[in-house]
Order: sequence, then structure tokens, then C-alpha cells
Amino acid sequence: MINLADIRLGALRLVRPIDPFLLVITAAIIAVATLMLGSSSPERMNAHLVNVGVGVAVMWAMASQPPQRLHSFALPLYVVGVLLLIGVALFGDVSKGARRWLNLGVMRIQPSELMKIAMPLMLAWYFQKREGSLKVRDFFVATLLLMVPVGLIIKQPDLGTSLLVLGAGFFVIFFAGLSWKLIIPVAVLGTAAIIAIISYESQICAPEVAWPGLHDYQKHRVCTLLDPSSDPLGKGFHTIQSTIAVGSGGLVGKGWRQGTQTHLDFLPERHTDFVLAVISEEFGLAGVLLIVVLYCLLIGRGLMIAANAATLFGRLLAGSITMIFFTYAFVNMGMVAGILPVVGVPLPMVSYGGTALVTLCLGVGILMSVQQHRRRR
Amino acid sequence: MEFKAPEQELSRFRARVAAAAAFVLLGFGLIVARYVYLQVLRYDYYATRAEENRISLLPIVPNRGLITDRNGVVLARNYSAYTLEITPSKVHNLDDTIDELAEFIDIQPKDRRRFRKLLEESKNFESLPIRTRLTDEEVARFIARRYKFPGVDIKARLFRQYPFGELASHAIGYIGRINQKEMAKIEDDEDLAANYRGTEHIGKTGLEQSYEKELHGVTGFEQVEVDASGRAVRSLARTPPVPGNNLQLTMDSELQRIAEQAFGNRRGSLVAIEPGTGGVLALVSTPRFDPNLFVDGITPDNWDVLNTSLDRPMINRALNGAYPPGSTFKPFMALAALETGKRTPHQAISDPGYFVFGNNTFRDDKVGGHGMVDMVKSIIVSCDTYYYLLANDMGIDLISEFMGKLGLGSRTGIDIDGESTGVLPSQAWKKKRFKKPEQQKWYAGETISIGIGQGYNAYTPLQLAHATATIAAGGVMYKPHIVKYVVDAQNGAKRVIEPTPLADLGFKPENVEVIRKGMVGVITSGTGARAFAGAKYQAAGKTGTAQVFSLKGAKYKESDTHERLRDHALFIAYAPADNPKIALAVLVENGGFGAAAAAPIARQVLDYYLLGIKPAGAAPEDPDADPEHAHD
Repeated sequence: MINLADIRLGALRLVRPIDPFLLVITAAIIAVATLMLGSSSPERMNAHLVNVGVGVAVMWAMASQPPQRLHSFALPLYVVGVLLLIGVALFGDVSKGARRWLNLGVMRIQPSELMKIAMPLMLAWYFQKREGSLKVRDFFVATLLLMVPVGLIIKQPDLGTSLLVLGAGFFVIFFAGLSWKLIIPVAVLGTAAIIAIISYESQICAPEVAWPGLHDYQKHRVCTLLDPSSDPLGKGFHTIQSTIAVGSGGLVGKGWRQGTQTHLDFLPERHTDFVLAVISEEFGLAGVLLIVVLYCLLIGRGLMIAANAATLFGRLLAGSITMIFFTYAFVNMGMVAGILPVVGVPLPMVSYGGTALVTLCLGVGILMSVQQHRRRR
Repeated sequence: MEFKAPEQELSRFRARVAAAAAFVLLGFGLIVARYVYLQVLRYDYYATRAEENRISLLPIVPNRGLITDRNGVVLARNYSAYTLEITPSKVHNLDDTIDELAEFIDIQPKDRRRFRKLLEESKNFESLPIRTRLTDEEVARFIARRYKFPGVDIKARLFRQYPFGELASHAIGYIGRINQKEMAKIEDDEDLAANYRGTEHIGKTGLEQSYEKELHGVTGFEQVEVDASGRAVRSLARTPPVPGNNLQLTMDSELQRIAEQAFGNRRGSLVAIEPGTGGVLALVSTPRFDPNLFVDGITPDNWDVLNTSLDRPMINRALNGAYPPGSTFKPFMALAALETGKRTPHQAISDPGYFVFGNNTFRDDKVGGHGMVDMVKSIIVSCDTYYYLLANDMGIDLISEFMGKLGLGSRTGIDIDGESTGVLPSQAWKKKRFKKPEQQKWYAGETISIGIGQGYNAYTPLQLAHATATIAAGGVMYKPHIVKYVVDAQNGAKRVIEPTPLADLGFKPENVEVIRKGMVGVITSGTGARAFAGAKYQAAGKTGTAQVFSLKGAKYKESDTHERLRDHALFIAYAPADNPKIALAVLVENGGFGAAAAAPIARQVLDYYLLGIKPAGAAPEDPDADPEHAHD
């Protein structure tokens, strides 16, 4: 016989791992995603709702696990991930000029996706292991652990994913205490390089100039970003049309389902990578600000969870996962607004796509788990 | 770097979190700044760009105006037909595609050749007709297979048609596809370029060219919403086209037909003008051509025939043929003498049959001369000696000044483009015309032959008819025009092309009367008498024969001379003499004697215009026309 107290207890156990704040923010973001899919691609609504269901389940499942469980998975996941990437490099299938997929007979997988989670896990695991006796040498080891998969992914070539993996790994190292003396010069050099590229665009983008270490298509993307009109019907088309969609939205937009750029097919990838252009066109700056505020709240909550985590592993993991959201959002928003190259990074939890949604929900679940097992005074 | 205490390590981590938070805010700050820039500061620009993306203006080509004769007979009209068109840029292999189409649509080698020619003249993205005037069955056969032929489509188009074919072809002209040169000219003018969006044809010659502005109309536009592939999604607004204005001519198509038929298969020209208005009643140039051949792009074969023919059918002889006027010049010379006071009507000469100037002897046609000759007689008998003397007395510059006022040697201003000036010789003209100093000098001896319409004199038939009409109207000169009304195609409102008096030359009526008497005499008892025998109206005229080839003193015998070296036959006339309703000039190239070849053509035209008598066939050539005055 089931009594009321048992039901209450069971319900509490179900609900306990959930962080209400994160849940509300996540729900709000997914609500926006659902609303926009209703405009950009209503025929995908059912698939989307299934994705949301799976995402929520994964989130809850992760939230229910203590961070230590993840800790034990870190090393094997990383090793498997790197092995699969090597497998891709040797035996992978080529699609659209890039070797990204590995055919396992029963399914095709894209191991670079796995590295988005495996990378921060591995580095957090490493720093946790070295806790208390951290030396400069450890940062070099961590950098090496990071660069191996990043290098393999760049070689595929997949600039977008390598950037995200690099970002995820970098933030672990950053939170672990990488010296500012290293960060600042690199940041200054990087900024200088970007300014130089922009100023000398016409010279370095000349067709006969080859860029060391980068593929032609990567050069092309950067060059069309610098000057979209150089290729208005090709690669530049996405950037130009997306920028028009954003600009023509104005303050409050043209209204839901009223975006002309969106609905007359001028906007490419409107339900996936360029969904923010749809938001911008149909809800204007107001819509963009809403999205930015939601991400700020999500990231703020994530950083707070990191700050209060019980272990170094938890801190680093929560911190870097939180920053993954920022990296995704920043790169995507910059891409849609025509200030970053078109690199195929989705707007986190808003762009349509099961893999990305489930991965990100998993990330939120990890944050909830860390929060559940936070430092108690 | 070694962390001793966990607390210290934690505060260090929290500093990093704070730095990360600052970094996030900075990053989102940059992003928000960019969106504010795009959506607030640059909103107008991008909103416009989005509208430009979305809205496309499709031109609606107006119907071209009709051309009718003075009685409303339609000379140029439009009809709708289906054409099979290929857009070369969308087709991989043109020849293969045409071969495949030829399997179920009748495509002749001439169609292919014409297509090739259009291809050379056009831009690649234009849609070009491979076949015009498809039958309904062919349309159905293509539609069933359309999916196999991307870049090939059937279009309903309006075509120009000239129902009477060759009738008045030089006056009406024709339209043809706009070529690249014309396109460049249109694109220079923004308004014109907008109005010609979608227009494929333009007037090339004749009235079709000179009244292009009236005939074309105003292109309408349909505003449609299009998607990224350019497909129209819905119509937003429509501005209907304004059809081109119709032209109603002063020309009488039946008179024109009779005049053209009168030439038979001879080459030549006839211009008939209404004195006192300048309205052109007939404008003939033979051989003629069929303007319908040009409308869809002329086939290379047809073009070769027209272009290489020795008869030069494409030349509009009425406006662009310049011929010495021969003795038709004499009435004008006589009037010049009276108006300048160089002669009185009754001042007579005794004609020995020649005139000696320096070492040269200028002969009259009549051996032994015409005896005592006054002005009226000089016109009737076409006395050369009288005019040798007169020309010598007047001098070239006085002649030139008077003839210039009559409009000879300058464009009349008729409403067809490309008129030639002809040659009005003068000292100044010669200086300009020749390069070497010895050639630039005018010799007094050269003036002598000018007096009988030979020498450097060369005028278009239009100029001769124009000058004749001016004399018929007593010296009031009107600008010749073929269009009488410009008619609004929508409401039928007529805009009259008012007769434009160019000048009143102020001739003394008694002087004009002397000339009239002389020219009437030509018809009643002179070289025109046989051609006008039995006419129920009184005409005034003058025959003329112009040398094509200098015979250097040998007596001209028509039968011995190669056809193309034979003299040109001319005739000018107006009628009725006391109240002129029509003035004309006739030229028959290599026709021989004016009285024999040209006057009978004029007779048929005047008979029809004044009496309504239709001739049985081409005007007869009169081999016996006054042998005594054979040369004139």
C-alpha cells in the first residue's frame, strides 16, 4: 500500500537534484527555441519536442549523479575520444570536403562531438589529480592534452568544433590558475593579429596567397567575412543575407512569422545556425536582448555554482561547462551579425538539432549535479 | 606556483570566476553593440535592402501604337503569337537542345541561322526565339515535354505585322530586336532605360523609328514579392501600361499603292505633297522590301538578298537618293531670274542652238535652235540656250542663294530620320568639298550647266517635290510631314500635327503666274502633252532628263547605252494648276526621257487623286514621246 508520505518522499527524491533557477532559465530558452521553430520550420516541431524530452531526461539523469561518477569516466572517455579521432583521420568518411565521420558499421558517429564534453572532463580530472602540488609543468601537460584532439579536429578539417573544444579546454586551464603573464601577451598578440588581418585584407585575401596551416575553404570563410561583397552569391551570401535580416528587424521586429528574409528563403540555415537572424528579424533588438539576458542569467548561475563547488574537479568542470555556453553563444551571435566567420556553431539550446540540444542539456545536468553536491559551510 | 591552503586556492578560483564573468559581459557587450549598430543605427539601410530583396518590379510591355493611313486603313498592327524561346545561359549544349526540339517542332535551317544571328547580337541571359508563330498543336507538344528542357519556354508575345507587306515600306519602316548599340543608348538615359525594361523591339527605320517615342507607350509595372530563387510569390501592386499612340498619316494608302504600281519593276521614287499643308500624300521608293521579314530578326538569306541586290531595295530613294534635277530645274531658274530681276518675262533671246563660253560650246538638243524664246516658251520647249545665258548672267552664288531658300540642298525636316541634304553647288560648297586648291576654285563655265540642272546639282526627290509644292502654294513653304494625327489609343483623342509654315518666300504673284503658264504649257503643248492627253484637269509640270554618264559630245542614243548608264527620267508637277491640291516629283532611275518614263507615272497618280480613276497596270512607257524634244 502506498501512503502519501511515500509519494511525497519519492517526488522529493525526483525533484531534489533539480536546481530551480537553472531549470527556469533553461525552460525559458527552450521555449524561445520552440517559438522560433514554429516560425522557421514548423514541420520539425514533433522531432524538436522529442529532442526536448530526451534533453530533459538526460539533464535529470546527469543531475542525479554525483560529480564523482563523472570523475571516474573522465580518463576512459578522453582516451576513447582521441582513439576515435585517430580512427577518423585514418578511416573516416569524407563528406562536403571534410573527414569528420567514422562508420562503425551500425552507425556513423562524429567523434569530435564527444570531445566537447570529454575535453573539460579530462582536464578537470587532471588538475584534480594534481591538486595541492600544481606546478607550471602541469599547465604544459594540460595544454598538450588539449592540443592533441584539437589538432586532430582541425585536420579534418572542422574549424568550428575545434574552436569549441579549444575553448572548453582553455577555460579549465584558465580556472585552474594559468598565469596572467601568459594569458595577457597571447591575448594582445591575438588582437593585434586580428587587426592586422582586417587592415591587410586585400593583400592576404588575394587568390594566389596560401595561408600556412589553413585550408582554402577556411581562408575563404575568413576572407568573405572581411569582405562579403567579394562573393555575394557564394560564401558571402550567408553573411550578407543574415546581416540584412538582423538589420531590417529594427527595434521590435516584423512580427512572428512575418520575417521576409526568413520566409522568402533569403536566409540560409534559418532553423539551425542562423536562428538568431530569425529572432532578430521577427522580434528585433528586443528579441536579441532577451536572448542575451537569458544567457547572462544562465552563465551567471553556472559561475556561481562553480564558485561554490565542493571539489576542484567540480569547480573546474562547472566553470568550463558554463563558459562553453558563452563560447557557443558568442561565436554564433557574432557569425549571425557578420563579425565572425561562418563556422557552423549553433546558438546553444535555441538552434534546432538533437545532438547539440542533448549535449547542452547534459551540461546543464552536470551543473545541477555540482550544485547539488556543493560546499556546505 | 603551489597552493598551500585550500582557502587561498578557493579565493584565487573565485577571482578567476569574477574575471570570466567580466569577460562574458565584455563579450556580450560587444555583441549587443553590434546588434544595436545593425538594428538601430543602420536600420533604414538594411530595411531597404530587405525590401529590395523581397520586391521585384516586373515590366508590363505596352502595346505598340498602330499606324493607319489618312482614311484609317491599318498599315502596321500587332498580333499575339506563341514563340519557342531559349535562354542560352541556362542551356548546356545549344545545338543538342535545338536538335531535340526539332524532333517534335518544325525547326528549319533558316530558323537556326536566324537564331545564330540573334545570339551573336544579344547578351547570353536574354531569351531568344528559335521559332515564332507556333501552331496550337506545337504548343501542346512542347508543354508535354517541357520538363526535359530547362531554359526553353513558350511565350505569348505581341508581334508587329505590316498587313500590306511591301506597301509604303520605306515610309513606314520596320521594327526589329533592340541591338547592343541601341541598348547602350537607351541605358544612357535613366528614364528611357526604365521604360524599355522588357521591351525587345524598337523602330529601326521610317516612321517606326522617327515616332518611336509616340508608338512605344509607357511600360507598366507589376510589383511582386519574390523568394530567393526569384519566383513570384504574390502580386503587391500593379501599374498598368499606357499603350503607345496610334499614328494617322496624311498618306493615302490607295494613292500610294497606285503610285508604287505605276513604277512596275523600274527603280525610282515619287513624292506627292499637299501644297499649303506639307502633308505627304505618297512617298514611294522602288524596289520595295517586305518589312515583315525584319520583325522576328531577319534570316541571313533574306538579308543577303536585300543587301547585295544591285537594285539596292533598302535605300529610301525619296530621302536618300540625290539626283541631278535636269530640266525640272528650269522653272526654278526662271523664277529665280524674275525674283532677282535678272530677266523680265518678255525679254527674249534668239536661240542659235548653242551657247559659246570661252573655248566651250554648250549645245541645245534641238539642232538649229528654237528661234525667238521668251521665258514662258523657254519652259515649254525646255530651251537649254536660254538657261545657259541666264545662269551665266546670274552667277553661281545668286543661283545658290535662291535655290537654297527653296529648300534645295538642305534637309526638308520631314518626320522621317536620316534624310540626305543633296548637293546645292556654290563657291563655298566647292571650297569645302574639295581638298586641292585647283579643285576648290569655281569656274564660271561650271555655272553654265548648273542652269539646266546638270553639273554638281543633286537633289532628293523629296526636295524637288517640296520645292514644287512651294511654288504651287505661291511661295509659302510648309514642312513636309507624313503623320497627320497622333491618336491616343485609349480615348481616341487626336493630336493634330499642325502644318508648319517654314517660310513665306514672298514671291510676287505675277512672277509665280509666269512660271505656272510655262508649266501649264508643258502639259498642253510641250513635252508633257502626250502623257496628259485627254486629262480632265489642268496640270502644270516639267519633264527632265538627267545625265548619269557624260557622253563627251557624242549624240546620246538611248538604245546603245547600257541600262544602268541610261539617263534618269524626271517629272515635276502640280494640279489643278489654278488651285493646286497636289504637287509631286517623279524620278525613274535610268528611265531615259522624263516625258516617256516619268510623266506617265505622274498622270496615273494625278488621275487617281483628282478624279478617282484607277489605272489598269503600271504606267506605260511612251517610246514616241516627242522625239523633237527627246532630251527633255
